[in-house]
Amino acid sequence: MAERRETLSWLEVQRLYRPRDVQVDYDRDLADPGEYPYTRGIHPGMYRERLWTMRQFAGFGTAKETNERFHYLLRQGQTGLSTAFDMPTLMGYDSDDPHALGEVGREGVAIDSLRDMERLFAGIPLGEVSTSMTINGPAIILFAMYLAVAERQGVPWEKVRGTLQADILKEYIAQKEYIFPPKPSMRLIVDMMEFAAREVVQWNTISISGYHIREAGSTAVQELAFTLADGFAYVEAGIARGMDVDSFAPRLSFFFNAHMDFFEEIAKYRAARRIWARRMREKYGAKNPRSWMLRFHTQTAGCSLTAQQPDVNIIRTAYEAMAGVLGGTQSLHTNSMDEVLSLPTEKAVTIALRTQQVLAYETGVAGTVDPLAGSYFIEDLTNRMEAAAEEYFQRIDAMGGVLAGIENGFFQREIADAAYRYQLEVDRKERIIVGVNGFIEPDEEPIPTLKIDPALERAQVLTVQQVRAERDPAAVEQALAAVRAAAVDGSNLMPPILDAVRAYATEGEIVQTMKTVFGSYREAAVF
Amino acid sequence: MTGSSEEKATRPIRVLVGKPGLDGHDRGAKVVARALRDAGMEVIYTGLHQTPEEIVEAALQEDVDVVGLSILSGAHNTLVPRVIELLRTQGMDDVQVMVGGIIPEEDAQALRQLGVVAVFGPGTETEEIVRFTRSCARGA
Repeated sequence: MAERRETLSWLEVQRLYRPRDVQVDYDRDLADPGEYPYTRGIHPGMYRERLWTMRQFAGFGTAKETNERFHYLLRQGQTGLSTAFDMPTLMGYDSDDPHALGEVGREGVAIDSLRDMERLFAGIPLGEVSTSMTINGPAIILFAMYLAVAERQGVPWEKVRGTLQADILKEYIAQKEYIFPPKPSMRLIVDMMEFAAREVVQWNTISISGYHIREAGSTAVQELAFTLADGFAYVEAGIARGMDVDSFAPRLSFFFNAHMDFFEEIAKYRAARRIWARRMREKYGAKNPRSWMLRFHTQTAGCSLTAQQPDVNIIRTAYEAMAGVLGGTQSLHTNSMDEVLSLPTEKAVTIALRTQQVLAYETGVAGTVDPLAGSYFIEDLTNRMEAAAEEYFQRIDAMGGVLAGIENGFFQREIADAAYRYQLEVDRKERIIVGVNGFIEPDEEPIPTLKIDPALERAQVLTVQQVRAERDPAAVEQALAAVRAAAVDGSNLMPPILDAVRAYATEGEIVQTMKTVFGSYREAAVF
Repeated sequence: MTGSSEEKATRPIRVLVGKPGLDGHDRGAKVVARALRDAGMEVIYTGLHQTPEEIVEAALQEDVDVVGLSILSGAHNTLVPRVIELLRTQGMDDVQVMVGGIIPEEDAQALRQLGVVAVFGPGTETEEIVRFTRSCARGA
């Protein structure tokens, strides 16, 4: 049997921790929950005041199928919505574009125009739910569509609550769903931050995401360091636009992975809060405590799930979810056991949601705040995660910042190296993954999985073509010309994009218009 | 462009690792590319977001023995048959095609019938992929 003496990030773990192993000053390094530097949590009462938001990511097929799944999840007691878009939508192609062939509705819902967005949220009052939208390259367009739906429902924008992922830096680093080059992409994000700070004040404009960095193979330390470095880059971009840091920083939120190394994950979340608070106050001069507080969503690790003995994934997800809760997450997505094979079935997603409900109502972990504080091991690990992240910040600064690191492939190389090292350890059985390289069951029965009907792609292609045939072509042309003019002259792109989506310009048309000004991004492939 | 079979038998095995379609999940493709390279093969990685046409053009230019396609987006039923069809059009019938990613078993069977020599799912050891690549490239 493999004897593990390291965390998943290859940090050494001692046999035993004693008081002398940890240097911690309670008031300086921890403080009570709700107090700077928020290591113990951002609210004094945490889950005693309010449970985390149970938010399952959902989307497949056309808007109609996903709308039905949304209604189902809300009936099962889910408390927020989270939208998964399909690959063509994420990459800025309409469903009838040749690039979209075979991809429509497969990994998420297909959205081409405001017509689809209206159907997606049919019967869901946007003044009452909060909606998270996982979209990055074309985020500004989907945000405009959501606001246009709210407008049609008669919901004032200041009542609209939700989160855009809109974290383009981690796309270049890890998830690779980029459209435009980094500089114009950063400009689009700052345009949204500026617009939302004025008009959609309860909206979380960026969800700065470590999740995808981790899924791409990084360690927990890299996830922590690269995500926070991205966060600082957005803060610096906002300040460079001339915005007061406290006008936008309170609306920045984070999104972390919850992987299998239980204590390391908890230490990661605690370290993240402390690092963010200190930097925001000391380096960026934020005065509003809300700018110092790191709020985050957690998703259990998709890459920890196994195609072998998929039922066992329920157990993995439960431990990971508990780490997220003991680390003080504000909202949580628990993966379904079949997500390594396909999008989840209704049964699988229900078990995943029930996993959170058991955690919340039966285990007692929500009863007291930050219950692991003061553990010699947890406090030492929190300190070491912070120190390791600080080392990365210095390296990133030395190479000229995050954009320079993306351009020279630094992040991509660091992640690929960690992914390869991990895989070799699994291949050599230095790490045991139950069902994969240990405790193998021969002749497993396949489990039922969700099938996406290929007819949905054809239906969606017809829908977008019908929208184009029915709308006022002169209005679309005029609106797209205004988008192009704003892209050229540097004025905020939100207002012309809102006009374009109201005129039923499609996502692909708006993206193509911006590409004529901004160009496209292609990465240098390294492995 | 295409070398004689004698040359092919003595030179290192050449593999093109391709990411067709819009899928950005490149962790597996990179791990496999590196494992094949560490096993002494010459590996060309296309990078992301390639059309089947671009992949087949690269396979032709690079005179590869094996094409490995990595797809985790569910678009395999459209993209893989297209790559195979284009390879045949180009007269590259001797190039072996392997697929890795999230491929449901019934789809994997259909792909094998089209001529795909292997479909590797999650949890496959890199050593197994190396062994298989070596045997199919050498026609063993």
